[in-house]
Amino acid sequence: MSGGLCGSSPPPGVRRAAIRAWAIVLFCCVCLAWLVPDGADATPRGGIASTGGWGGPPSESTADHTKFEELEGPFPDGPSVTEACLHCHTNAAKQLHDTTHWTWHYDNERSGQMDLGKRNVVNNFCISIESNWPRCTSCHIGYGWEDDSFDFTSETAVDCLVCHDTTGTYHKVPTEAGRPDPAIDLVEVARNVGPTSRENCGACHFNGGGEDGVKHGDLDTSLNEPDFALDVHMDAEGLNFSCATCHTTGGHEVTGSRYAPNALDRVGIDYPGHTDDTRATCESCHGLEPHPDNSKLNDHTDRVACQTCHIPEYARGERLTKVGWDWSTAGRLDEDGSPITIRDERGYILYTSKKGDFAWASNMTPEYRWFNGIVEYVRMGETIDPSGTVTINTPSGDVDDPDARIWPFKVMRSRQPYDVGHSVLALPHVFGKDDTSFWNNFDWPKALEAGMAAQPIRFSGDYDFVETETYWPITHMVAPKEDAVGCNECHTKGGRLGALTGFYMPGRDTYPWLTLIGWSLAGLTLLGTIVHGLVRLIATLRRRAG
Amino acid sequence: MPRNKKELVMVFSRFERFWHWSQAILIIAMMVTGFEVNGAYQWLGYEQAAQWHRFAAWFLIGLWVFVIVWHAITGEWKQYIPTRRGIMAVAKYYTAGILDPSVPHPYRKTRMAKHNPLQRLAYLAFNVLISPVIWISGLLYMFYNDWYRTGLDGPVGLGDVALVHTAAAFAMLIFFVGHVYLAAFAGKPFYAYLKAMITGYDLLYINPEADGDRKS
Ligand code: HEM
Repeated sequence: MSGGLCGSSPPPGVRRAAIRAWAIVLFCCVCLAWLVPDGADATPRGGIASTGGWGGPPSESTADHTKFEELEGPFPDGPSVTEACLHCHTNAAKQLHDTTHWTWHYDNERSGQMDLGKRNVVNNFCISIESNWPRCTSCHIGYGWEDDSFDFTSETAVDCLVCHDTTGTYHKVPTEAGRPDPAIDLVEVARNVGPTSRENCGACHFNGGGEDGVKHGDLDTSLNEPDFALDVHMDAEGLNFSCATCHTTGGHEVTGSRYAPNALDRVGIDYPGHTDDTRATCESCHGLEPHPDNSKLNDHTDRVACQTCHIPEYARGERLTKVGWDWSTAGRLDEDGSPITIRDERGYILYTSKKGDFAWASNMTPEYRWFNGIVEYVRMGETIDPSGTVTINTPSGDVDDPDARIWPFKVMRSRQPYDVGHSVLALPHVFGKDDTSFWNNFDWPKALEAGMAAQPIRFSGDYDFVETETYWPITHMVAPKEDAVGCNECHTKGGRLGALTGFYMPGRDTYPWLTLIGWSLAGLTLLGTIVHGLVRLIATLRRRAG
Repeated sequence: MPRNKKELVMVFSRFERFWHWSQAILIIAMMVTGFEVNGAYQWLGYEQAAQWHRFAAWFLIGLWVFVIVWHAITGEWKQYIPTRRGIMAVAKYYTAGILDPSVPHPYRKTRMAKHNPLQRLAYLAFNVLISPVIWISGLLYMFYNDWYRTGLDGPVGLGDVALVHTAAAFAMLIFFVGHVYLAAFAGKPFYAYLKAMITGYDLLYINPEADGDRKS
């Protein structure tokens, strides 16, 4: 062999030693820079200035409502207050008439499903609004939705106060079709209106399902005064966001509906006038690459919703949320024929004759699904397959759908009545002081007959119970970043995303055949070297001895 | 100078020893972290393992760039040109002759031909098969999120890249096991090769025409 120029040991020289020393110093610097922990930045938690203005005191307004003659009253009822408001805010009621807060009706253009919305859909809590109006419409932003004949064009039927009260004294009677408690001083309330606060929205949205925290799992009254650990944005001592800080409004239309969620925001930071003027996604403030010093995490944002990692658990506040409801056991009475209520030691109802058995939970790990923002509903009168679990609202999307990301959900599981004759979800008439309502009579056939009377599909006369589930996207109660879900909770066998298949996830997925062949061959090689070595050893020893 | 005389010669320059041992450390680190990512065991945890794996990968790539340049400039790459001459004798030696201390290695190692035909084949496989496959698949793996910029997205998925990368990693592991055994235990005395890679000096046949001025 020939060729080659060097290869001889270099003569030791001072210059080389210096270069070596520098190289070592440089290497150490690199190592040190690497070792400094990510959290070592000096920004205080919630590094943005508080935006008190959003939910701030009414005094920031240019108008002092206590000075207005129109508001001197007296006000005998809600509509008379509204009339006064409309004197100046002439278009307000018309604006509200166009919102889902008023119509409870939603046509989903994206999915093509029409006639959705709170007024039409079926769920697996109290099942359906139809025929139970006065109870359910206590959370309508109007007065007097007693039944089907409610006049949706009435301007004075709009309830301004439920959203704009700042005194904290205004509330609707739970069973009075949205009318306020007659004991309330409406003049005082009307003279102290202001921007919406967490309490205003929470009066209905924290109490979905009829009680504090029941429905959503990420919304309950702990968010009235949350600390940093419960919600980094609403932290009462910190950023103190109100709901409207993110759920921006324009003309009384509130962004961020559960009927039309934006599951993947490709716009990023929202610039007024340039984009869609909504901050109802995380990206609209945090942008599309929200982790400044971890590009690996930014690599995830196209397929994993922010909420998936940053809301490690739901029902993290003081309240439990309802996770199971068995209607089939409802109607059991004691020896005297009186309804029963059983509570646990904290006061949560475990069984009540009116409703059946409940299951409650807190600090729950969400379930994860691909979700592109479209929810497919099983609407009233649509055929179901009662042999399995009926998913009443299915989040659409899968790994091959570029618009879908992995989202966290609360899954509510129930057993509820269905019409055996027609294979449709049954719609019981539960509320009302009549002789058909279930909560008065505990008679399923009567309640179903009455509940479905006004429906396109009438009760066949034969009913049974079916397992159902509903999906509730989790997006509130954002935890401090230290508490976010770590890599290892998903990138492992049997981790959080175990239910999502059809894609390769490092740390979770392997090719079992490759693992088997690989380790076998490596093991055989090792064995071969050991045998070879032993044979050599023995041969050497023999020769020495012999 | 008689052809059968052996002399203590510097065969592995300081640079070669440096890259050999840093490569050894890096590859061990990559195997340890890589196979943890692959789920073989739990030690650092996925996050740390993946992070150190990606970190070490950059060092390994940096090292390889240096080494390739060095080989190109010095011509040392020719040490890996495969040859059939004497290959059977070497194979026979490792299966039988090695058992008898009195049987010498049939290969006459010289400064400019320090690898026997089997070594050349093994190192060549390492250099042109295992390493590039691991490099390329590893970089694809690392930049998976940027594939859409290349148009590569679509027919090839992350799973395919992981398959190739893991298969190459197993090939690396098998090479590693065999290499460690042969290099650390198969000399005469058993530690002879290891010692050479540490001190740089080995007993070689001197080929006066080619190597005349290369001993030191
Ligand atoms: C240029 C060198 C290399 C690069 C750029 C590279 C890159 C990567 C990357 C990015 C991953 C995925 C880690 C993650 O989940 O984020 C990975 C996984 C892995 N690497 Fe490497 N690597 C290199 C060399 C090696 C070497 C030398 C070995 C071992 C001999 C190795 C063995 C593995 C294994 C076993 C996995 C797990 C694969 C799986 O389960 O999907 N890699 N590598």
